[in-house]
Amino acid sequence: MQRIIPILIFSFLTLLSCHNDNDDVTTQVNATFNFTHNWDGTSVTNANFNTIQYTNANGEQLSITKLRYLISKITFQKSNGEKITLDGYNLIDVTNNSNLSFTPTSSIPTGEYSKVSFTFGFNNDDNYNDNYTDLNSASWNVPAMLGGGYHYMQFEGKFINNTAIETGYAYHAIRAVDNSKTPQEFQDTFFEVDLGAITITNNAVFNVKMNISEWFKNPNTWDLNHLNSMLMPNFNAQVMMFENGQNVFSLESVTQ
Amino acid sequence: MQKWTLHISCIFIFICSSCSNENVDTYVSTPSPLQIPQLFEDNILNPVIPTDNPQTAEGIALGKKLFFDPILSANNTQACADCHAPENAFSDADRFSDGIDGIRGNRNSMPLFNLAWNYDEKFFWDGRVFSLEHQAFQPVTDPKEMHNTWQQVEQKLQEHSEYPSLFNLAFGTSKIDSAKVTKAIAQFERTLISSNSKFDKYLLGEATLTPQELNGFNVFMDETKGDCFHCHGSDKNPLWTDNIFHNNGLDATITDLGLGKVTGDPADNGKFKSPSLRNLAFTAPYMHDGRFATLDEVINHYSEGLQNSPTIDPLMKKVNLGGVQLSVQDKADLKAFLLSLSDNEFISNPNFLNQ
Repeated sequence: MQRIIPILIFSFLTLLSCHNDNDDVTTQVNATFNFTHNWDGTSVTNANFNTIQYTNANGEQLSITKLRYLISKITFQKSNGEKITLDGYNLIDVTNNSNLSFTPTSSIPTGEYSKVSFTFGFNNDDNYNDNYTDLNSASWNVPAMLGGGYHYMQFEGKFINNTAIETGYAYHAIRAVDNSKTPQEFQDTFFEVDLGAITITNNAVFNVKMNISEWFKNPNTWDLNHLNSMLMPNFNAQVMMFENGQNVFSLESVTQ
Repeated sequence: MQKWTLHISCIFIFICSSCSNENVDTYVSTPSPLQIPQLFEDNILNPVIPTDNPQTAEGIALGKKLFFDPILSANNTQACADCHAPENAFSDADRFSDGIDGIRGNRNSMPLFNLAWNYDEKFFWDGRVFSLEHQAFQPVTDPKEMHNTWQQVEQKLQEHSEYPSLFNLAFGTSKIDSAKVTKAIAQFERTLISSNSKFDKYLLGEATLTPQELNGFNVFMDETKGDCFHCHGSDKNPLWTDNIFHNNGLDATITDLGLGKVTGDPADNGKFKSPSLRNLAFTAPYMHDGRFATLDEVINHYSEGLQNSPTIDPLMKKVNLGGVQLSVQDKADLKAFLLSLSDNEFISNPNFLNQ
């Protein structure tokens, strides 16, 4: 009789441990996004900054002295339309070699996804309806006179202008605003970067690359002689940045 | 039976050994966390407080006494406060400060406030020191400043009638060393919080700006006019600095390398930390070398005085024209706004005065 007690306990525990087991349930995994940068295929890091060594589509030679940009709303979408949007945003600071890798705190279930994407910048809800202490501390704000909210990108450097003088440029991307009209007119310039379909089987690392030269290339050949500074209040310049930004990002690889 | 004896012996040894280091009389100084202003709490990240140097009432009091005491200098004639005077927002009205030997430095004394919100913790105009505690090491031994040795400082403090007991209260030991001296001074310096300017009160709905001050703020925030906000904060960043290093176009030929001397990178030549625009009413002269005696000169520099150089910041616009070409009215309005960032309560706060 005494021997039957351990057997009963073992059986009970075995049954209990099986109770919630379900082989069909997916597991939760983390997604990491690494951001690398290049100029038409040549790697760019902050070690390459501050030297005039790149030539843009319009033929101007230029350097990069600062590059930082915001991404948000990382989203995994299933073929049935179901979306999982991960909390958080990331201010990628190439100048200081920081935040080049971003792992959102929330996880995703393994499985097939028809589209993985993120937003360059903030959508309007995120841009205007929250006060981000980390972004404020990084002086990332947009003045209220331009609608407030936050920068999407600060990309700065020097170029040789058409009179052979080294000149600064500040290619700052924000939501386009036309201050000449009352009330102000806005046009959305955040955009979705589509990284394509993926089957997630494990913790995944997405290697995303930015071809910096694309900001100057397609469809608008950017002329730094005319568009080099005071671009934040320039509605047309912001729309052009938005248009050129469509071809800037691509997915290099995924490892899992 | 032998097993039981062994078990009991083991338990006894464990109990004895676990008690051997216990000290029920360990001294704990009185925590005194920073009082974070509302605008700071609402808008920016928390201050940086090192885990090995928490703010305590006794530490702050000791740091304040040391800050105002000339005992740190070799000949007992110079205190920190001599070059960081409270009435000047803890800066020096002289362009260059005199050391104890009458030798002058080549940088204007930096004002001291809101230092705990320097997130990168790079101090001095050229960022050569990491952390506030380490910053305080330098003036004591600098031949152009207090020209002392830490050995001497420690000895004088150790032999002093009051300091050993004050260190004991602050740190639980009367054995004085340089690290504890700078820790105490850093604790006091972190309490130097300035957040009660007219503009702060305006943001809190407690004051009204004049039309001139409001237009000046617009000039400050307008990328086609002053465009000051990229480096000097905004209504969303009450520090009024980015605490980052820039070449703001002072010289065509760089002689003082600034950050470049620290990093060894020529791309950093001529870069100096953006100072906060708070308390400008008290911190003249301006720039790292105090070259401008008045705010008008500063504004004129950005408007039409910029000098091009290889490392000038791209945010310095219209360099070929000398700057952003502000109108006379915009200059006056910008100045009025900048002065609204000055905090009279800060310079008269009894907690910060030598009394």
